Amino acid sequence: MLKDQDRIFTNIYGWADPGLKAAKARGDWDGTAKLLKLGHDQIVERMKASGLRGRGGAGFPTGLKWSFMPKEVKDRPHYLVVNADESEPGTCKDRDIIRHEPHKLLEGCVVAGFAMRAHAAYIYIRGEFVNEARRLQAAIDEAYDAGLLGKNAAKSGWDFDIYLHRGAGAYICGEETALLESLEGKKGQPRLKPPFPAGVGLYGCPTTVNNVESIAVAPTILRRGASWFAGLGKENNTGTKLFCISGHVNKPCNVEEEMGIPLRELLEKHAGGVRGGWSNLLAVIPGGSSTPLMPIDVCNDITMDFDALRAAGTGLGTAGIIVMDKSTDIVKAIARLSYFYKHESCGQCTPCREGTGWMWRMMERLVRGEAESHEIDTLEQVTRQIEGHTICALGDAAAWPIQGLIKHFRPEIERRIAARHAVDAVAAAE
Amino acid sequence: MSIDDRIAADQPKTFQFTAENEKEIKRIIAKYPKGRQASAVMPLLDLAQRQHDNWIPMAAIEAIANRLEMAEIRVLEVATFYTMFNLKPVGKYFLQACTTTPCWLRGSDEMMRCIKDRYHIASGQTSACGRFSLLEVECLGACVNAPILQVNDDFYEDLDYETTGALLDSLEADDPLPVGSVTGRSGSEASGGGTTLAAVKSGKSGKSASKKRGSAHA
Repeated sequence: MLKDQDRIFTNIYGWADPGLKAAKARGDWDGTAKLLKLGHDQIVERMKASGLRGRGGAGFPTGLKWSFMPKEVKDRPHYLVVNADESEPGTCKDRDIIRHEPHKLLEGCVVAGFAMRAHAAYIYIRGEFVNEARRLQAAIDEAYDAGLLGKNAAKSGWDFDIYLHRGAGAYICGEETALLESLEGKKGQPRLKPPFPAGVGLYGCPTTVNNVESIAVAPTILRRGASWFAGLGKENNTGTKLFCISGHVNKPCNVEEEMGIPLRELLEKHAGGVRGGWSNLLAVIPGGSSTPLMPIDVCNDITMDFDALRAAGTGLGTAGIIVMDKSTDIVKAIARLSYFYKHESCGQCTPCREGTGWMWRMMERLVRGEAESHEIDTLEQVTRQIEGHTICALGDAAAWPIQGLIKHFRPEIERRIAARHAVDAVAAAE
Repeated sequence: MSIDDRIAADQPKTFQFTAENEKEIKRIIAKYPKGRQASAVMPLLDLAQRQHDNWIPMAAIEAIANRLEMAEIRVLEVATFYTMFNLKPVGKYFLQACTTTPCWLRGSDEMMRCIKDRYHIASGQTSACGRFSLLEVECLGACVNAPILQVNDDFYEDLDYETTGALLDSLEADDPLPVGSVTGRSGSEASGGGTTLAAVKSGKSGKSASKKRGSAHA
């Protein structure tokens, strides 16, 4: 188990004050100016060396992403945009950073913003997090009052402003270009890429969009050293990670653990184990709703990191782990996710707008067994027609859970269809 | 749902931001670069909604469009795209129940059943007394404290049939329960006190943010 001294988020549960004085006592804002003395490029190099991979789902190396920003600021200013639109079902880690460790995020903005030669950051927080936004704004105000933000931020010689922007209920705004559209005052509909945000982002200016957790861990990584972070976890899957464990465990919780921890150990050490014991486990969705589920035989030995989960045909995603025991109506559980994606499709691309509704209606029929066996293949085929054929990944995200269900639980779907046919046959005979 | 179903038939003729909100608007617009005031459209819609009993009349859409030099249709487009903007009246207590899979696995059906037993309303409807509106919503992002009921601005967590009833009792009495977990968890730690950060916990002082009481709109 990860030792407490290697945990970055020491106030993740809010047991201590989130305010500036207590945050400083926890080590935040300690020598920020000294960190900036490393220079723009050295910060990026150290982040690369740490092996940190983006914590928002895709797992793209953070340092590398920062390096895509132009090395010179010309006529267009650079922007850092923080994605706090946490909405992927099963994921609730950024909320805890914002309400209990807001200064880690703010200091991270200064460090990351400086590294990419930006003088301003916008934090886009989902609209439902009203109290969390108030807490974050209070932290921003406090940081300005203490001279940590604004002109000569933290006496570093670098001017840096942070602005909070609230969303208003749209999962799609977690997609980085939809977020930028929304921030510009439009409907949150993803942009075609290229151009990528590092070239043409917010207001047409070079922009990097990062997840809250990726930004919030940066100052600690720089202070303790890239090698410290790289020494935790596994090769190519380094460091610590906030895991969200929901569903059928005895004690659902968020916890910071080492990357690569075995799933079973994670659930049993921190979440009180699966309800009814490990053998009562049916399936686990490992990384937020869009990652395909894993049945128990995969769960037995799987480790929680990008590469192992990818090899198992799923993904670490946001590390939002949704646990389902044997009492679960697994078809209904996935059908509910299909409804989610139908509801959240922005309507821009036809395969997603029409396909998510079609898949949901089909899934509802499968829940009741009102289908023919060959329609399972039709559904699988339709998911392949949506996947990869849309501007953003929402189409993929809607397709993958269904593909995972069919791959691992096809006999259960067929059992329902057979049972329904038997009932219909009896009714017809009467 | 057609657009007509989402927009109130009865509309006030005019809408004006309060003097206090006018100051707030200046502060909001200043967050964005010059000429990019359209970025303020969502904050201004939110402000209008808060000023106007938790719903946005068409007159406010017009006022915001004028204020930000946007076409009215662009403002309306934003107001209808995002689910949190109400374009028709809702009750004093706007109950937004999360029923997405993580909440469903932890019993959001029971939470919904409690609300329906009491007020005989479906999602999108308002109780006969006019004080409670229900909306089934998608993932609220607090999954390890599921199921979640958002009441106006506040999350109530770890609910079941009985505790949902107790929460509704408190709202009916206009004395809302403290915000957060109804089972006494301070945050997202495992029930019973969590498995990590024992040293932080033992040093736990009265300094941690005290629990906020729930609040009604207006």
